[in-house]
Amino acid sequence: MRLIPKEIESLWTLFTAPTIWALHFLTCYITAAIHCAKADTAASLGTTSLVLGMVTVAALAGIALSAYLAWRQWGFGSGDPPHDEPTRRDRLLFQGFATLLLSGLSFVAVLFVAVPLVFIEACQP
Amino acid sequence: MTERAELSVEERKAQEAELREVWQTPSGWRYWTSVNNTEIGLWYGSAAFLFMLFAGVLALLVRVQLAVPDNDFLSADTFNQAFTLHGTVMMFLFAVPIFEAVAIFLLPSMLGARELPFPRLSAFGFWSFALGGVFVCGSIFFGAAPNTGWFMYPPLATDKQYSGIGADIWLLGLSFIEVASIAAAVELIVGIMKCRAPGMRINMMPLFAWYLLIVAGMILFAFPPLIAGDILFEMERMFGWPFFDATRGGDPLLWQHLFWIFGHPEVYIIFLPAIALMAMIVPTFAQRPIVGYSWIVLAAVGTGFLSFGLWVHHMFTTGLPQISLAFFSAASEAVAIPTGVQIFVFIATMLAGRVIFSVPMLFGAGGLAIFIIGGLTGVMVALVPFDWQAHDTYFIVAHLHYVLIGGMLFPVVAGVYYYYPLLNARKLSDRLGKIAFWLMFSGFNVAFFPMHLAGLRGMPRRVFTYPADIGWDWFNLISTVGAFIFAAGVAIVVIDVLRPKHREPKGEQNPWNAGTLEWISEPEEKWGVRSIPIIKSRYPIWDQPNIIEDIKAGRFYLPDAKDGARETLVTSVLDAEPIQCLRVGGTSVLSILAAFSLGGVFIALTFHWWIVTTVCAVMTLAAIIAWLWTGTAVIPKEEIRDVGLGKTLPLYTSGPQSVGWWAMFITMAGDGTAYASLMFGYFFYWTIHDDFTAGHAGPGTLWPLAAVGLFTLAWLAMLAARKANEGDRDARTRLWLTLSALLTFAAGCAGLAGPYLTGMDPTAHVYPAIVWVVTLWTVVHGGVGVIMQAYCLARSLAGRMSARHDMDLRNVVLYWHFLVITAITSFGVLGLFPGLR
Repeated sequence: MRLIPKEIESLWTLFTAPTIWALHFLTCYITAAIHCAKADTAASLGTTSLVLGMVTVAALAGIALSAYLAWRQWGFGSGDPPHDEPTRRDRLLFQGFATLLLSGLSFVAVLFVAVPLVFIEACQP
Repeated sequence: MTERAELSVEERKAQEAELREVWQTPSGWRYWTSVNNTEIGLWYGSAAFLFMLFAGVLALLVRVQLAVPDNDFLSADTFNQAFTLHGTVMMFLFAVPIFEAVAIFLLPSMLGARELPFPRLSAFGFWSFALGGVFVCGSIFFGAAPNTGWFMYPPLATDKQYSGIGADIWLLGLSFIEVASIAAAVELIVGIMKCRAPGMRINMMPLFAWYLLIVAGMILFAFPPLIAGDILFEMERMFGWPFFDATRGGDPLLWQHLFWIFGHPEVYIIFLPAIALMAMIVPTFAQRPIVGYSWIVLAAVGTGFLSFGLWVHHMFTTGLPQISLAFFSAASEAVAIPTGVQIFVFIATMLAGRVIFSVPMLFGAGGLAIFIIGGLTGVMVALVPFDWQAHDTYFIVAHLHYVLIGGMLFPVVAGVYYYYPLLNARKLSDRLGKIAFWLMFSGFNVAFFPMHLAGLRGMPRRVFTYPADIGWDWFNLISTVGAFIFAAGVAIVVIDVLRPKHREPKGEQNPWNAGTLEWISEPEEKWGVRSIPIIKSRYPIWDQPNIIEDIKAGRFYLPDAKDGARETLVTSVLDAEPIQCLRVGGTSVLSILAAFSLGGVFIALTFHWWIVTTVCAVMTLAAIIAWLWTGTAVIPKEEIRDVGLGKTLPLYTSGPQSVGWWAMFITMAGDGTAYASLMFGYFFYWTIHDDFTAGHAGPGTLWPLAAVGLFTLAWLAMLAARKANEGDRDARTRLWLTLSALLTFAAGCAGLAGPYLTGMDPTAHVYPAIVWVVTLWTVVHGGVGVIMQAYCLARSLAGRMSARHDMDLRNVVLYWHFLVITAITSFGVLGLFPGLR
């Protein structure tokens, strides 16, 4: 079995990292909302925070993998943008570069969303 | 392979005559049956501008009323109707449709295509929009306009005593318009992915197309939650199902969630296309390619995603847990990153080029300056503690107008000045443009900046008057003066657009020396592009010598219309290699009939005219079936077509190769989102109550599981029908289709039997109500599935379906994949969840 997936040519790989961000965001919101609705409102988030912390690490790892694949598709940075030649190679490089940029943004956005897990300890302090 | 064909003068003339004949716009009253993208785009845009002017007049009335304290210019109720309609019309009838209009007008030529893939769908969307818009706007002349604010919060808006029929007009009129938006989204996604000129790989796509692709995708996930919300809302108003009534287990907050899951992405759905116009205008006036093409793609995609994580920031004061607020606050701050990126990209492009300051650039730059101020106050209100202070004050009114007018109206006016030559072959006046800009820019700031201060001094939004001597008088008077200065600027733009210009000489075809393909379109000709070019640059007009002459001389693909059909090329998603010659629908009255009869359904529902509703619904169905039967999956006389330059392409494809399959897939993705929103409602009620059934009997387990089983069997029968059809075994195909239809009918009955036999009363409590609504949604989808099966059966019997020509069946099977997932989820959850929790 391969550890790193083969290169695939598809438009959809562009959206991998932001999709991971969206799933992470929804998981955090829904889990915390159900916890706060079903537990006592003053209850500590305790284990829920811990679980969501692990989800965050998993999401960041997924995005890092997506970034690595993008970096590989970008030829490990062998060519500079703008990648505007009418060739399949430049199209691939463009896809790799754009995916890499989106992975970076998604990584930062996941970190943003994870900050409350560190600082907020209860549903209604 | 040759890249250019040489034709004799006679051949060219003959081809041009053919093309003119095929693409001509009918005359007389039949002009309105045209489906050509240039006409539809123009009507769409003009209608949206008319609605904008109407809503602008309402805003002026509001400002006059607020100019001085204790004013009695408008009554409280008229004031409420005026501001509600102002917000509603600006958002739903101007901001979103204007981008659909611009896209339908510009995209085909920008992509080097003759037409978008579904021109009749564009026409249907326009007529739905126009009719729905007139209906909603007209209500104020009867004193019946919605009066509860543009986001229609219950319990105020569910109170029939207070809100009268206005709320129904809002809900039904706008649902109708949302249908048009989703139609446009389908059209644009398929158009951008599949109809680009050969060679226009995704790294060569104009940025406008990138933005529009993202925006259309956002519409697909943003509008359906509102449609789901509208269904719940209307069921409460019409039949007393208590979705938002707290006394019977409902919760008004569910509406706020559904509304803002739509409402916040909507802001970006409005903003991104306007910024897309800037991404076309800035490179032209810097006379160089955009700096950071990939960064713009990052910004568009990133904003598209992040904007869905912001909705609760409209609900910071509703008492949600602080941890939830913090997640949304964090995402609201994060969205500033991609938004900032695109602004820096524009600044970098301007710095790297030699900027020519012209009227479009004035409006663009002025708009960006205003937008940045709105963005900064946006970062402020994204912080929960600040928002608690500013919520529902004029600070918010100021913020949202800075964002929307700077981020949308100014760039759109820039676009009007920039693209006007494509309409009329003449430019608008530079002098009037500059006067208009300075009036609008200064008027805007005079009007809206003081609102920040009035808000910080505590002035709540939506009050119809206020007492003197609490420190708001001067701010309001200044705002009113500014509003009239701003309106004067808008009036000058209108005068400039409308003044007769036939005495002026015609200008050049590409007066700004732009580099992108939309400038090849000739205002007098309806064929879009004379021949479909091979693209080798992001800015073909700058980089590909002679491309305009070659296109006009018919030296590229599809220079003729031999069979008298409207044709364009379908190309592959990534590398834009030609794969099909697509025949698109021509002039037809069917799309108008379908739109008007569907409009009849919504309007009759508003007034509870049940018989008229039924008649209109049957007419809609008949019109749509006639449209499909005569205009889609047409079997061509010959299988292949010589498209020129030594290339032949198939005329008929099915499955994922075909545009129809994509359209079905995209439509069902939107439909699935609406369904997911209803299921969100089901679980929402579970979270807010200790026992969400409140002791009411559920649908039981037996009947829902029977429905799951029967729907699954019906789906398997559809797979068998497809298999039989692949072997050209007609009798077996028909048998499987019939069997599947019978199974679906049985499945629907089983689904309904659950709640019916246990006597669930949807007016008693929210639990039976949500069970019924999920059941009905699923059963109605089953009903649509049966109609589709009957349609395939009829196609087969009419000899229009075979193994080679199986587009109808493949698309219906695709629908069934979505249907079976819906059915298993619905009846699985309804049957099993109450026991599991």
